[in-house]
Amino acid sequence: MSIIGQSYSMGFKNYVFVGLLLLISSLLTGYGLSNTQVHPETDPIPFEEFSQTLQGVDETIEMVPVPGGLFAMGSDGGDGIHEVEVDSFWISKFEISWDLYNQFANASPEDLRREVFKTFYGVDIDADAISSPTMTEELLEVLREADIPTDVISTPSPSWGDLTRGMGTDGYPAVNVTHFAAYMFTKWLTVKSGKFYRLPTEAEWELACRGGIEGEGHPGEVDQYAWHRENSDRKYHQTGSKEPNSLGIHDMLGNVAEWTFDQFHEAYFQHLEDEPAVNPWFRPDELYPRSVRGGSWMDSKEQAGCFERRGSDPNWKRDDPQLPKSLWWHTNAFNIGIRVVMPENQPESAEEMEKYWIEAIQDYN
Amino acid sequence: METKDIFKQGISRRDFMRKTTLAAGGGFILSSLPVGQSAYAAGNDTLKLAVIGCGGRGTGAANQALNADPGVKIVALADLFRDRLDSCYDTLAQRHLDSGRLDVPEEHKFVGFDAYKDAIALADVVILTAPPGFRPAHFEEAVKAGVHMFCEKPIATDAPGVRQFMDAAEIAREKKLNVVIGLQRRYQNNYREAFKRISDNAIGKIISGQVYWNDAGVWVRHRNPGMSEVAYQVHNWFYFTWLAGDMLLEQNIHNIDIANWFIGEYPVSAQGMGGREVRTGKEYGQIFDHHFVEYTYPGGAVISAQCRHQKDTFSRVAENLMGARGTVSLDSGHNAVIRDYNGILRYEHDGFNDPNPYQQEHDELFGAIRRGDVIDDTDYGAKTTMTAIMGRMATYSGKFMTWDEAINSDAQLMPDYVGWDMEPPVRPDENGFYPVPVPGVTEPH
Repeated sequence: MSIIGQSYSMGFKNYVFVGLLLLISSLLTGYGLSNTQVHPETDPIPFEEFSQTLQGVDETIEMVPVPGGLFAMGSDGGDGIHEVEVDSFWISKFEISWDLYNQFANASPEDLRREVFKTFYGVDIDADAISSPTMTEELLEVLREADIPTDVISTPSPSWGDLTRGMGTDGYPAVNVTHFAAYMFTKWLTVKSGKFYRLPTEAEWELACRGGIEGEGHPGEVDQYAWHRENSDRKYHQTGSKEPNSLGIHDMLGNVAEWTFDQFHEAYFQHLEDEPAVNPWFRPDELYPRSVRGGSWMDSKEQAGCFERRGSDPNWKRDDPQLPKSLWWHTNAFNIGIRVVMPENQPESAEEMEKYWIEAIQDYN
Repeated sequence: METKDIFKQGISRRDFMRKTTLAAGGGFILSSLPVGQSAYAAGNDTLKLAVIGCGGRGTGAANQALNADPGVKIVALADLFRDRLDSCYDTLAQRHLDSGRLDVPEEHKFVGFDAYKDAIALADVVILTAPPGFRPAHFEEAVKAGVHMFCEKPIATDAPGVRQFMDAAEIAREKKLNVVIGLQRRYQNNYREAFKRISDNAIGKIISGQVYWNDAGVWVRHRNPGMSEVAYQVHNWFYFTWLAGDMLLEQNIHNIDIANWFIGEYPVSAQGMGGREVRTGKEYGQIFDHHFVEYTYPGGAVISAQCRHQKDTFSRVAENLMGARGTVSLDSGHNAVIRDYNGILRYEHDGFNDPNPYQQEHDELFGAIRRGDVIDDTDYGAKTTMTAIMGRMATYSGKFMTWDEAINSDAQLMPDYVGWDMEPPVRPDENGFYPVPVPGVTEPH
């Protein structure tokens, strides 16, 4: 099935079945799946700030609503302006911290598999201590019948050395995560929350950064809102330690720059086909460059702005001495982190989610 | 995905197969010139490269070698496992098959414990990236064959191995062989720039310091069904002391090397502590998950080296050194900061765009070969390895160790004979757990 994250031949482990539930709710209603957590909420969620809890995880994510609509993306001073329309969404109030990211990174694949199979198939998987859990023949039959992939979500392999540069983990933003890892993290969130999470598109990110449609893109006093090169003491800071923007979102301008869900095009507007462009998203199909928004603790004060964009670069893994290089970790991107969104229009089915599922590409650079 | 990426490189699957086959039957005319100081001075000759140990690091090093010099061609691969060798070949093929610089016919893919000998025999330059326990034997063979080399750290896991390496290094010097050791901080700008300034007395005589390798840990490989005990241990080699030397030797060695380099001496003694607190499962073999070693140097400097593999703890891979007049802080993020004791900044290195030190090692290795120069990293490679081994002796035993005692130790972890039919140096108990050192009980060396 094309919806599989990817089938990898080399270098990593930890494939988990957790994501199966994303795929099978529409296929296996006879297996007692009607109560699964991934079913779209039947009651609409009030469009207000809320705290997302995650099953079996003792961290929550604060989500802030961003009303969608038509807005003039871009700035006169930059590459110009383009009419863009986006649907409403929630965005995380803070950059994703190591505390939460490590819960994903350290997730036990065996435990997750067991949890999923127990919940959704009523099947107990006997895990032996050495190899992966053993699947029963009935279970395998179910999987074959439904054409279910076995590796919808995998968890990060161990990192190479210290990827925090000693800057800290408790309440500090997770960095050096690849675009693939950030995207898989959102899949994990989807499974753990029962709601569809993904990375923000560039348009969504900009809208949220500007503080909504009426926003200006740059607050007056940058130091009040952003950690940048001149005030950061050359390190990232705990998320939320600067003032939020008018929507109540922290650290959009600085601290760590953030992955978006788009392939990076230098001339973004030239790739938009419609005026206005509706929910624009450049689905990634090349490993580099992918789009990152906002400034960071390493960047100048001028770069702490809502129009600041850059593309990812193979150089961000230059200190990974191995080949192929890690799919999961950069080694030289100490200033690139994650923020997540949850669209108001939740996909109705796994098939709809599949449109957002991107494939991993092996990094031979 | 593999196929897809080949498409990205502009090679179809069919072409890929055809080229592989052609390469197998082809063959550039390569002389078997004696390797020596002037053999490649012309710069046009092909340098034949063999990779001994085809894991992720070996594959990465091979790629760096090819990037370093357009006249390098890979002619042989050797590994204990065929699947590792094949994935190395496939990965390199993604980038280099088109250029003809990956020229490894089937008969030059060597598998098994003696594979290294066959591969070395075909090469002018070799990459030694097998697990560290095998290194002394591989190095000795490479020296005997008179080939230049890139040799990963550490260079042995026990004192007899270090002595074997040092003896062979003597001959390497006589033969004027280039030996670059994979302590890549020596090839990294922030360290080099700081070293220059410390040598110019920027902080005075170094009197103390702290060096760290604290992070969440590395890969673990599980036992495949039907795997023999020996096969399992070499497969999951990081967790067995005879193969990897423990994390103090395999990783913290980088930071210990910075202390040795900057102080300009090797410690006369070590004492320390360590244990296994978090990573206690049978899949983690026998090594510790933390060590803390205090090293004392002849000039009186005292350095503490700490390493830890424990998830969700403070991570840091870095070095701080204190001199009589100031401090230098260095880290794996390409930073170097020198301050005096009034907090005044004396030097700050911004290394964000510095070259990749792993590439730099190979650039300099092949540059030296072409110019007829000699880079010889063997002395510090051996002595820094020995420093780490002495530290491990101290933490495993809980005893005070002297350099002389450590370097002269006859405790041999690596068996004289290695092969699939060997008796493994350690065996699991009836529950699958391996013997773990106990301070106060375990012999010092």
